[in-house]
Parts: sequence; C-alpha cells; structure tokens
Amino acid sequence: MSRQSNRTTDSKKMNSELFTLTYGALVTQLCKDYENDEEVNKQLDKMGYNIGVRLIEDFLARSSIGRCQDFRETADVIAKVAFKMYLGVTPSVTNWSPAGDEFSLILENNPLVDFVELPDNHNTLIYSNLLCGVLRGALEMVKSTLF
Amino acid sequence: MVIFSVYVVNKAGGLIYQYDNYVPRAEAEKTFSFPLDLVLKHHDEKVIVSFGQRDGIRVGHAVLSINGVDVMGKNTGEGKDILEYLRDANNYPVSIRFGRARLSSNEKLMLASMFHSLFAIGSQLSPDVGSSGIEMLETDVFKLHCFQTLTGIKFIVLADPRQSGIDTLLRKIYEIYSDFALKNPFYSLEMPIRCELFDQNLKGALEVAEKAGNFGAGS
Repeated sequence: MSRQSNRTTDSKKMNSELFTLTYGALVTQLCKDYENDEEVNKQLDKMGYNIGVRLIEDFLARSSIGRCQDFRETADVIAKVAFKMYLGVTPSVTNWSPAGDEFSLILENNPLVDFVELPDNHNTLIYSNLLCGVLRGALEMVKSTLF
Repeated sequence: MVIFSVYVVNKAGGLIYQYDNYVPRAEAEKTFSFPLDLVLKHHDEKVIVSFGQRDGIRVGHAVLSINGVDVMGKNTGEGKDILEYLRDANNYPVSIRFGRARLSSNEKLMLASMFHSLFAIGSQLSPDVGSSGIEMLETDVFKLHCFQTLTGIKFIVLADPRQSGIDTLLRKIYEIYSDFALKNPFYSLEMPIRCELFDQNLKGALEVAEKAGNFGAGS
C-alpha cells in the first residue's frame, strides 16, 4: 500500500526500556492510589479499552486488512499482524476450546513486563491487564455487522 | 482538476467533519431599476429567483448581496426584509448579486444523514451478502466517492469526474484521521473533529492528490 512521505512517526524508534518504565510507573501509581488489586485491574482494563477503541482505526488504516471471515482468522490476525505491529512480538494462539469460541494468546516475551517481578502482596494483580482492555476495545469497534 | 469537498460521517450518521475546497461558482451582479423584472420568492430562509431568468441569473439562484452588503437569510445586511425593500421605488437603482446559494451547516448535516441512510439501503439491497455499500456516485459535474471503514466511519470526497487517485486519497484521509484526530486524547470519539493538525494535514493531502490527479489524467 502506498505510504506517503510524511508518515515519519512509524520509523521513529523508541527505547523499549522507557516504555517498560512508563508502564511500570503507571501500574505502581495505580496500586498506591487504589490499594486494591481488583480495582487496579478494573482501571487498567478501562484504560486499555480507551486505547483499543482508537488503536483499531490506526491498525486498520495501516494494515488495510479486510473483515475476518471467522474467529480463527481473527485470532491469527491479532497474533501475527496486530501484536507484531505494535509490540514487535508474536504470541502463540493455543488452547482452542472445543466449540472454537475461546482461545489463549501466550506471550513468550512481553515488553511490558521486562525486568518486572510481582511481589507476594499483589498476587491477584493482572499486571498486563491493559492489553486485555486494548483487545476488548478494538474488537468491540469492529463487531457490528449491520452494513 | 479539483477536489470539491470532504465529509466525515460517524457511525450514527452524524456529520463530524466537513471541508469545502471548491472554486467559487458563477455569480452575477447587476444593477436594476424600478420595477424589478425578476420574480423573487422566499424559500428555506433565502430569497431566490422564481421567474425571469436572463443574463446569467438563473431560476433558483439566491440573492447573495444587495449594494455590496451580504444578505442575512431573508433580510438585508441592515435587517430589513428583502422583498419589502425591493418593492420600494425609493431604494432604486439597486445592485444585486445573484448566485447559487452555499449550503448552510444544518443543510450539510441533513444531507450527510440522508447519505448515511442511503448507504445502509444500498448495502441491504445488494444481491450478495457483505456488500461494501455505495462506493461512488457519479453525475456529470462531480463524482462522490465514499469509503466506509470496518468501524463504521465514512469518508466522503466530492471531486471532479476526471480526477484520479481518489481511492488512495480516501485511505490517506483515514490515516490522517487515525493519527491527528484519534491520537489526540482530548478528542472524543464520534464527536465533531476540531483538531487543527487534522485540518492542516488534510489540506496537504488534498493538494498532493490534486497534483497527482493532474499527472494521471494528462498522460
């Protein structure tokens, strides 16, 4: 697809450590503010949702992928195109349920959790819950099949 | 080779962005003496010519200005009713400018919603499932190109029929929208787009497309 010359933002590289530190600062601040893992999980999900609803348009504009025909294709596109484009990693799609309506994305190396160890007092915290929210927001924007 | 305008319609059918780029249409300014030989009437908050077409003044043209002062709807710039003003012999000779009336923003909103509905009807009338909806509407004076994203946002471009490269332009406008409108955290989704960077980049993209379109058609 033809990319015009003023699309310089996708060739700007960012230090992934700054990204990891930023995310870490975000989660720890949320933990301090809410002091309750469940609440933090909810907030991360909400934030991820807001990111997802905007990110989906960017994804569709850049990748010009058409509508997926079935759920398996959706899973493949998420793992091989979307994650690759935004986080540079390709999770594996496994653990399909018998009905074919649930699957797991396993991230071998997740840039958000580089150098992170969860302490014992936060064992119900879902550290990368932002990603779940992003997926939820993004998929919700494309689910309608009215037209 | 011109791109006339760009419209962006949200999922619900509301117009969230509109940009007009066209060359001004033909207007005619003439000095008249009493009695006025054109028949004027009120229509939709404007005063238009209903009879007496001549010299570039056509039926349907609206009164744009009187004696150089732009009119405001049915009233002159000073607030007097136009038809009353023109019935008074003391106000003559008067110079009136006629031309095709520009669409007001309310009219544009209504037309965008109407297009949204037609688009939906178009997709449902399709003999095959999964139609893309109306992609192009062609007339002798302009071509309307429409691109609907998977998220339901429609980008509509009105251009000269000979202008080429509108598909690339539509994709480019989608990229500009996803960058300058969506990545601005202060912009709420589905609301009117009031982002300067979006305006600037859109104008830039239109200029590029117009130049590229010229090369395409010339060869």
